Amino acid sequence: MPRYLRNLLIALVVLGVLFGLDFVFQSRMISPYFTRILMLSGIAVTLAVSLNLINGFTGQFSIGHAGFMAVGAYSSAYFSVTYGANLADTLGGGKLGWAIALAAATVIGGAFAGLAGLIVGVPSLRLKGDYLAIVTLGFGQIIVVVLNNIETVGGARGYSGIPIVKSFFWIFLIAILTIVIVYNIVNSAFGRALISIREDELAAEAMGVNTTRYKVMAFVISSALAGAGGVLLAHFDGYLNPKSFEFIKSFEILIMIILGGLGSIVGSVLGAILLTVLPEALRGFAEYRMVIYSLLLIILMITRPQGLLGSTAAFKGWRGRKKVKTRTEAEEITAEDTRTDVSVDKATLGERQSESSLGKGDKE
Amino acid sequence: MSTFLQQLINGVSLGAIYSLIALGYTMVYGVLKLINFAHGDIYMVGAFMGYYLANGLGARGAQALGMSADGMIARGLLGSGTLEPSLITALVVMLLAMAICAVLGVIIERFAYRPVRKYSRLTALITAIGVSLLLENGGQVVFGADPKFFPELFKKQNIELFGGATISSADIIVLVIAIALMVALQFIVFRTKTGRAMRAVSFNLQSAKLMGINTDRIIMFTFALGSALAAAAGVLVAIRIPRIDPLMGILVGLKAFVAAVLGGIGNIPGAMLGGLLIGITETMVVGYLSPTYKDAVAFAILILILLFRPSGLLGAVAQEKV
Repeated sequence: MPRYLRNLLIALVVLGVLFGLDFVFQSRMISPYFTRILMLSGIAVTLAVSLNLINGFTGQFSIGHAGFMAVGAYSSAYFSVTYGANLADTLGGGKLGWAIALAAATVIGGAFAGLAGLIVGVPSLRLKGDYLAIVTLGFGQIIVVVLNNIETVGGARGYSGIPIVKSFFWIFLIAILTIVIVYNIVNSAFGRALISIREDELAAEAMGVNTTRYKVMAFVISSALAGAGGVLLAHFDGYLNPKSFEFIKSFEILIMIILGGLGSIVGSVLGAILLTVLPEALRGFAEYRMVIYSLLLIILMITRPQGLLGSTAAFKGWRGRKKVKTRTEAEEITAEDTRTDVSVDKATLGERQSESSLGKGDKE
Repeated sequence: MSTFLQQLINGVSLGAIYSLIALGYTMVYGVLKLINFAHGDIYMVGAFMGYYLANGLGARGAQALGMSADGMIARGLLGSGTLEPSLITALVVMLLAMAICAVLGVIIERFAYRPVRKYSRLTALITAIGVSLLLENGGQVVFGADPKFFPELFKKQNIELFGGATISSADIIVLVIAIALMVALQFIVFRTKTGRAMRAVSFNLQSAKLMGINTDRIIMFTFALGSALAAAAGVLVAIRIPRIDPLMGILVGLKAFVAAVLGGIGNIPGAMLGGLLIGITETMVVGYLSPTYKDAVAFAILILILLFRPSGLLGAVAQEKV
């Protein structure tokens, strides 16, 4: 099995490189500030790539990602606080023991976040476009409110005393694993089913794709990976606060993938790094930092709406849902650049209203 | 019973404010199909404009202005004038704040939303998030990050009702002004030429254009109208609860948006109904269950409604056509 061996070899090399880099960063040859930004970028990559699976590749517009991240972060933090030290000691203590304890925490965080994704996804993925976005946003907010009310994990004061286990190795291993998982999904039969849902859900269903099942699966995987990102964050500073998982955080991840380009893994990685580094790079502007950041975001959207590396295809799913399909491809390409796409939506809206004015609208 | 009545009064008063903001969301969504995330922040700017105007005019100076106007207007309109004399101050401040925010809304539409209108809706949505962040962060720089206390525009009194509940004069003012604004909006949308053009644009932008409607102007007008209502809500909220800060628009905006969806987004009476429902349920939860869960209520209702009736309470059900 040469392919198998080759992959194994690549994995070993990557692990070796990560381990070497980890050593470099641990030895404090590089400034702790830079190391911190780098590690935060790694976490952001995990989050962005996982969100891209559901938003970019499946075309289901979810903006509650921070909620799943919170579930992963809090469940793993609770595990680490309660059992982490014991587990690490039984496993021989020291760095290795903690590494295994963190691995266990990651699995637990990912599992809980995936479960939350299942609970949220099954009912809400029946909705489309704006409505799905709103429901995921709502679920994300509800998770935050619930966390605020659980006193065992600190409630609104935040959860402190989480063992700090951060290493370059671990963060980037998870980030790379996320990229590999998403890449492999996208390039498999499963991924083609997801992309077919993005392109045209009705047609996909007609071709025998069980759209609900695939959407839910993609959503659960995406949530679980976000949960793993949350685990990393929980063990990064040893402190969690429900406030940091509000919808602003979801927007931040969303902006990363849109900026990088929906449906592009490389784009998500770039977007994640850029949006983590940018606020730091703007630190020289002191209090104007976030003002400049938001201005840059608006300007970028005006000048490069498809993102840095985006395929315009990813936008079709959420754009002209109905009438575009009857057009030829050539017309569709022109539609990219003209106002027609807006008119399509207007047309659908028009249909909707004319139905209601005829009194037929209230029937399912 | 008195608790129930009291919570109902509070809820209706809060709901009226949600409704005012929800109207802006729903109108913009009607014409552009855009979730204008910056709308909640316009409400915040409205409250701050009210704050600066009230202080700038000088609460006393305004009173003097109000007094002189009071003589003419109040006697003409209200007869013997049983209401607070400085009610006029509140009105002047509110109208000015509305005008400023209407201009702000038009500027945002012209320079941020219009350039991306030709792209996908997703781009527009991210731009809206960008504008929202800009207003929040800009607000923290310009207004200062710490909360400010809104000056008292008129004397507050509590009026005893039957059953032991009390209603404050602030609540009455909020309700009266909110209802007046909604009636005015109904008039504009359903009885004027511009309103007809607005409805035409939300019905079908392309056809409206072919019928000779200046759609850009109508979209601008929609933004102005929505922003003015949000500013009014900002001042009204500050009259009820005088603590304002640059991030006050985030959660309220989100809830108002939820209210718009609840009533059926794009539907004007729906937004009013949705706002009232959210306001009342929220205060009921605070009164009878736990105040810490009040922020989850709006979203819980929303999720339930969307799962069972995705187009909202009053929204028309869209039929999927292949």
